[in-house]
Amino acid sequence: MAEKGFTDALEGLAAGVQPESATGAPKGPPADPALHPSVAALRTKFGDAILHNEVVAGDEHVVFILPERALEILRWLKDDPAQSYDYLADVTAVDYGGGRPLQVVYQLWSIQLKRQLRLKAELPLVALEIDSVVPLWNAANWLEREVYDMFGIQFRGHPDLRRIMMPDNYAEGHPLRKDFPLRGRFSRAEQTRRALEMEVEDYYIPTELDAAEESEREAHRESELSG
Amino acid sequence: MATKTDDKRTVEYLVTRNAEMGVDGKPALGYTLPPGMDPEMHGEHMLINIGPQHPATHGVLRLVLELDGETVIRCIPHIGYLHSSFEKLGEYRTWNQVIPLTDRMDYLAPLIYNCAYAMAVEKMMGITVTERCKVVRVICMELDRIFSHLLWMGTTAIDIGAFTVFLYTFQERERIYDMHESLTGARITTSSTRIGGMMADLPVGWTDTLQNFVNTLPKTLDEVDVLLKNNQIWIGRNQDVGIISAADAINYGLSGPNLRASGVPFDIRKDRPYYDYETYDWDIVLGEHGDCYDRYLVRMEEIRQSLRILQQALDRLPDGPINIDNPRVILPGKMDAMTDMESMIHHFKVVMEGVNAPVGESWLGIESSKGELGMYVVSDGGSKPVRWRIRGPSFINLAALPKMVEGSLLSDVIAVNASLDIVLGEIDR
Repeated sequence: MAEKGFTDALEGLAAGVQPESATGAPKGPPADPALHPSVAALRTKFGDAILHNEVVAGDEHVVFILPERALEILRWLKDDPAQSYDYLADVTAVDYGGGRPLQVVYQLWSIQLKRQLRLKAELPLVALEIDSVVPLWNAANWLEREVYDMFGIQFRGHPDLRRIMMPDNYAEGHPLRKDFPLRGRFSRAEQTRRALEMEVEDYYIPTELDAAEESEREAHRESELSG
Repeated sequence: MATKTDDKRTVEYLVTRNAEMGVDGKPALGYTLPPGMDPEMHGEHMLINIGPQHPATHGVLRLVLELDGETVIRCIPHIGYLHSSFEKLGEYRTWNQVIPLTDRMDYLAPLIYNCAYAMAVEKMMGITVTERCKVVRVICMELDRIFSHLLWMGTTAIDIGAFTVFLYTFQERERIYDMHESLTGARITTSSTRIGGMMADLPVGWTDTLQNFVNTLPKTLDEVDVLLKNNQIWIGRNQDVGIISAADAINYGLSGPNLRASGVPFDIRKDRPYYDYETYDWDIVLGEHGDCYDRYLVRMEEIRQSLRILQQALDRLPDGPINIDNPRVILPGKMDAMTDMESMIHHFKVVMEGVNAPVGESWLGIESSKGELGMYVVSDGGSKPVRWRIRGPSFINLAALPKMVEGSLLSDVIAVNASLDIVLGEIDR
């Protein structure tokens, strides 16, 4: 008992990548699409791409969509004058653990029509990729970076997809995944060693280092010309 | 930069914003270059780093700026220096144990975060809090809106160079600190809400203190307004600085006073009213230019509107219980837990096991002092969250900073960053 105690306490450390689960995340009973005008419109417009819709917490409408068509559906919801969801409140993800698919959650709000809608796209763990919505809303830029950082979901077409909370050279994975142990994957000693090994350049991203190098070259050339 | 051959480093003032002031303090007309400087130097870029330890970044924000002279070409914010992964920590705590994490995010308006989290969990669980609790929470939230706006005013004025305002607003904040202390026992880390109610009812005499505060704060506000509103330096540093149009502000997801300063009438208290906000008589405050000066005007007026709401809430504060009557959610009274078997069992269950939430989820957005604060809670039927997500208003407001400062001057970066009212505890979470 005693010798295997410590590593076992860090959940998921020994488990590694979890096997694919057959069951998806828990879903509620399907709701009547007529309760929310946008849900009804989505059902008629996109048909097969709308997998499920439900009502949670009394009055919050959730629509499950096909991830391949997420960008198309969101573009329509933003641009169609009868929907005009011009305000992207939130992009996040949910991991239920147990090898179940990750959910990408879009929370929309229409400032004109005062209407709220939540969209979810389920991504299997083997293919964590979805189209970025930065072309539609600039607000998605940092939100998607955070989802990438915390869950490891790739956003196709994102202009600047890199870690946002964790350092760029963080090698322990994606912290908010359920298979990520609370204290991180490395031992405290290894984490300290890596922190002490950080060079000044590690705190800058390649774009910044390029700009600094360019200005240095420029200054060097100037001084040669004048000297 | 001009190269120096001698070892001694000297400070050179390269550009001055005041066109009448020359390099040596002598009057000059138009733009002058320092002596010995090559006039063909423009176009040469320089990379500077502000922060993470810098008082004008309001926390541990780090900005890397690419400059051409004093003009900002590119601004790249780096965040995460205060990252504590509250969302992950929340998954290892019961629903009530998460509450102390919430006020450590926005320590400038802790009660709003306490209330928002409790509201989201209650909505998911289908709990309706008592009438008294609703009004008490409205009082808490409006009080902390004032609390946060006062801090913003003081520190922003310091960033711009006006020190007096800081003393005025912090003196008023001290009174709110005292009210926090007598209500919750703590000055910043309040942790005052519980699922289904509050940690404790209002202490005796607390409403009188609050009434006194509501009566006397307008005088201080007027004094601050006199100091700033028509101040030439304040106007020069703020007007037409950091402009963002209404369409851009919506596209970048700005919310709160920053969005309303651009003229978008989006206030969740009006658009998705919670806790009977529709029955209070108050106005949405709107700016029209979307610059730093309008953000100041909007916040100043919002304090006055909050005072109106506070007065009405004080007038209507009903008697009655503050917590709901459900022993599976709310701890029984201490005397009951000691004498009554049933209550002792409930006490044990609530403390050891926590409150059990049904399978479900809720994304609840409320109007915090900084914008739309979204709390997303997901439950799989246990006593701990599967996912707890905070849509932090400052996080998304800060993402628009590069858009506002690129093309403006270095000194404007400080003014714009200050005007956004960010708090890094909630950005990094």
